[in-house]
Amino acid sequence: MTYWQDIWDRWQFLWDDRGDGVTYWQWMFSAWGYTVAVAAVSLVVALAIGCLVGTLRTVSQHRVVSALATGWVELFRNIPVLVQLFLWFFVISEIVPGMRGVPSFVLACCALGFFTSARIAEQVRAGIQALPRGQRQAALAMGFTQLQAYRYVILPQTFRIIIPPLTSEAMNIVKNSSVAFAVSIPELISFAMQTQEETSRGIEVYLAATVLYIITALAISWFMSILEKRARVPGLSSQGQGAH
Amino acid sequence: MIEMKNVSKWYGATQVLNDCSLNIDKGEVVVVCGPSGSGKSTLIKTINALEPVQKGEIWVDGVAVHDRATNLPKLRSRVGMVFQHFELFPHLTVTDNLTIAQMKVLGRGQDEAKQRGLKMLERVGLTAHKDKFPGQLSGGQQQRVAIARALSMDPIVMLFDEPTSALDPEMVGEVLDVMVGLAAEGMTMMVVTHEMGFARKVSNRVIFMDVGGHILEDTSKDEFFGNIEARQPRTREFLNKILPH
Repeated sequence: MTYWQDIWDRWQFLWDDRGDGVTYWQWMFSAWGYTVAVAAVSLVVALAIGCLVGTLRTVSQHRVVSALATGWVELFRNIPVLVQLFLWFFVISEIVPGMRGVPSFVLACCALGFFTSARIAEQVRAGIQALPRGQRQAALAMGFTQLQAYRYVILPQTFRIIIPPLTSEAMNIVKNSSVAFAVSIPELISFAMQTQEETSRGIEVYLAATVLYIITALAISWFMSILEKRARVPGLSSQGQGAH
Repeated sequence: MIEMKNVSKWYGATQVLNDCSLNIDKGEVVVVCGPSGSGKSTLIKTINALEPVQKGEIWVDGVAVHDRATNLPKLRSRVGMVFQHFELFPHLTVTDNLTIAQMKVLGRGQDEAKQRGLKMLERVGLTAHKDKFPGQLSGGQQQRVAIARALSMDPIVMLFDEPTSALDPEMVGEVLDVMVGLAAEGMTMMVVTHEMGFARKVSNRVIFMDVGGHILEDTSKDEFFGNIEARQPRTREFLNKILPH
């Protein structure tokens, strides 16, 4: 019994007060909340910009527009995410007027969101280009404008194709949110590092953080598989190709 | 109804249409044939500006297709097109395929669009499949839905780009039957096809194109099939190869 008793005792610190009326247990869940919040807001930013930029990269009539979109992708996917975070925190917030007072939470979401937007843009572009060329032609031949062709024909099919890579991106953004500790956002890794310092319970603290990351990732995977099932079209393979 | 004057088109340095001129009157059925790579598909797609041209003029019902100021969506909504690979929208049901452009392009109400679409679906004999998705239909059925989709826009002319080339041989007949019926009703049609039986049966005129985008022949059906000796050598060679089969 003493072996299991010993293990149980090692986790008791979670119910300790960290000194200001907040237990480590409560702190951990608040930290988990920050992780989820940073990831969720960043994902919304990344999806919005990624879809727009990825779509613009396929608009061949306007060379300037597609060149700008390409520039966006190359800029944000070729700089390490931690470097991007520091650029927002130490450079942009210092030299861009009006950015000085912006909370670090917002800066972290910008950094993570813009970084991921470049990756999502590439997936959206690849998804659009995977569609048979005739789909666009058929839409235009019926009198749709370019905008309508994207809205009613091209993008609805693209999103069905890219649900699997988007699932990976959503999981990546949760994992990448761990860099936010570097700008003092009280998320899971920040909690783990400080608690390890204060309690010397490194093994338990990092195991707990690991489990919470896994739970978050599994929840995303579960949600996306439901989304994929609901978006599935009868008679259409998951590749998004028609029956030809 | 359709007039093409000295149209030329290049992909980079390669010329795909070479000084093409033609005229299609209201109610005429014109078949375009020729070997692969002769520019047949490109030619038909210039009529609704899916393929832009560098030189020449194209007029459809008095509208200058070659003019950059022309409202292309408006023109295209009046020109029906049927593709080799059907190109139904796979994420929409058959009914939605039939109604979406009527509502979003022509501004028809849902009820009116549905009524019109289902009437055209009945015409091609597929009413029972109205709630299915394209992927659940055979190739022949998909192509008939595609024809119904184009017809529900009330087009002034129908363009067919190899409408039976991607079909199983068994399904070619059902699609051609719909097209024969359409021709009998007086629809203006331009058809790129290798189906010489169809050309013989319903066309008024046959246009023969050769590699490099030349229109070698533009002549009446009777002259084209009935007086082979008077044809260009290249046309004779083509016809001799395909007609015995």
